Amino acid sequence: MAAPVLRGCCLGRCWALACIDSGSRHGRGAATGFTSSGKRGQSFVAQQPLLTAQKSRKGEHKWAAVVGLEIHAQIVSNSKLFSGSQVHFAAPPNSLVSFFDASLPGTLPVLNRRCVEAAVMTGLALNCHINKKSLFDRKHYFYADLPAGYQITQQRLPIAVNGSLAYSVCVGKKWRQVITKTVRIKQIQLEQDSGKSLHDELRSQTLIDLNRAGVGLLEVVLEPDMSCGEEAATAVRELQLILQALGTSQANMAEGQLRVDANISVHHPGEPLGVRTEVKNLNSARFLARAIDYEIQRQINELENGCEILNETRSFDYRLGFMPEPNLPPLLLYDTASLPAGADPQQVINIDRIREQLPELPSETREKLIQQYGILPEHSFALLNEVGLLEFFQNVIKETRAEPKKVTSWVLNIFLGFLKQRNLAVNESPVTPSVLAELLNLLDRKVISSAAAKQVFEELWRSKGKTPSQIVSERKLELMQDEEALERVCHAVMEGHPQVVMDMKRGNPRAINKLIGLVRKVTHNRADPMVIKEILEKQLLS
Amino acid sequence: MWARAVLLGYRSWMGWHRGFTSKTDPQGSGRVTAEVIEHLERLALVDFGSQEAVARLEKAIAFADRLRAVDTDGVEPMESVLEDRCLYLRSDNVVEGNCVEELLQNAHRVVEEYFVAPPGNISLPKQDEQQPFSHN
Repeated sequence: MAAPVLRGCCLGRCWALACIDSGSRHGRGAATGFTSSGKRGQSFVAQQPLLTAQKSRKGEHKWAAVVGLEIHAQIVSNSKLFSGSQVHFAAPPNSLVSFFDASLPGTLPVLNRRCVEAAVMTGLALNCHINKKSLFDRKHYFYADLPAGYQITQQRLPIAVNGSLAYSVCVGKKWRQVITKTVRIKQIQLEQDSGKSLHDELRSQTLIDLNRAGVGLLEVVLEPDMSCGEEAATAVRELQLILQALGTSQANMAEGQLRVDANISVHHPGEPLGVRTEVKNLNSARFLARAIDYEIQRQINELENGCEILNETRSFDYRLGFMPEPNLPPLLLYDTASLPAGADPQQVINIDRIREQLPELPSETREKLIQQYGILPEHSFALLNEVGLLEFFQNVIKETRAEPKKVTSWVLNIFLGFLKQRNLAVNESPVTPSVLAELLNLLDRKVISSAAAKQVFEELWRSKGKTPSQIVSERKLELMQDEEALERVCHAVMEGHPQVVMDMKRGNPRAINKLIGLVRKVTHNRADPMVIKEILEKQLLS
Repeated sequence: MWARAVLLGYRSWMGWHRGFTSKTDPQGSGRVTAEVIEHLERLALVDFGSQEAVARLEKAIAFADRLRAVDTDGVEPMESVLEDRCLYLRSDNVVEGNCVEELLQNAHRVVEEYFVAPPGNISLPKQDEQQPFSHN
């Protein structure tokens, strides 16, 4: 089966998606059994799109790129993974450090229950198999911000394996169609975060703050099922939304709560995979996509020039630094069937209980929006993509009689547009949901025209405290209710411009627009253009 | 003391390579190659500065090799003597921390309330940059 071919991979944009047509395709056979979500879009495991190098030579070379991700998310918890010191973003250096975190002799790790629950929740939400027995290891390496000389992690037998993450990409003409893609999750493991190093080049020293040392992390390993920066960024975004919905991580990349490392290689389709390189410490979703695409292009260029791809970070096999953590017995989890009788509830974790208490995931929320309000899938994505926007939308819907489609259009286009222009968050908006609802009611009752409504909105944004009705009456924006008066105006305009009327009779479509414009001017924009058009056409016939 | 750490590194290296099988050592001769020495130096940050040190290492390995005399066929390796203990789960409460002064007492140098470390990682000089020294 021929895979889609790209022309000219541009940095930061995955043209692959534009070429995928809506026919259903086989998966690559390596799926986890993820089936169609039943949404309108197609569901399948992504094909590798093909990229041609920008400097195309004689007989174009076709390349496929393969991207895998290792994502570290800081767990939302009061205390650290193995100690009782506080987890907090900003605090005086080394004030949130216990003796264990500082690796003083005689201290031992004690596992935080909340972190285990967070890992199980995340595993369940990502369709993973939860390992009822998982083990802790030590990964040794020397760095000043790792006081023990090793990090406690779960390399060999992690808490969750073999999951999947579904994300959606917009394709087709005008990017309207939404396709669901899946990336397999290799494993999710609990591990410790390291401290922070501040490099002082001037005095040739490094300052170490251990506040972050020992904070619980969830490492989520995504298999190399992605093929470009855009797919990777979208997958990361969806993971962020899921983690935020679960409450297991705030997943804010800018604050370092979510860190992504990408493994990238390129190869000719049909040939074995190429040498991987690693792009580390990406701290914004947009930069992530660009950095990945840049690396893909760099590798293509190198290989086309006959060079080899060097893997610098793996100059020795780092797996050598592993040993089992001798201070921690295996972590055992139970379900309702296997729960030991008379067990202390504090000391056992029941996977079934956690599954029952899972909150609604973003994909469910979007589906509900589509069912309940009849909005398009891409709009449901947009509503969930901005913090607080969904709540805003729902509050407007509650207080207005206007159709959901109208509300959606206003919230996503006009309201969101205003926010973005001024770089504001939803909760910083000067227009509250009630105010917007009132405005939409006026529009719905045809008290004002669409154009007038936009003017009122602008005014509302600028001057707080005024209600839409006030602004409408102040600026005399009400639609003319008197149909007869409007008919008279139309008649007068037609009489005053016989040339244009002749054009109209001859079938010139632009002529009627001219007349509508003239009528609007006369009525100071207080007449609905659609109604004017109807009246003019009616009068023309008579 | 360092010998034990190095031995752990060596065992770990050989073990992970072959999955902890209790087969005989294919190296047979008991000599430790220059490549292995360089590797261990990098892992354990120990400097094998003399032939004597290498010889001592080889003797230590030979001594530990006597473990192979024990027949462990069909026995599942233990990870820890705590295997059958219960892993205690702590409630998510803040009960420690806030002891900056005590912690900094241990530090050789501090700047404001930061520990001070040398810049980055000091990398070992490469094999040929070291003093000419024959490992064999």
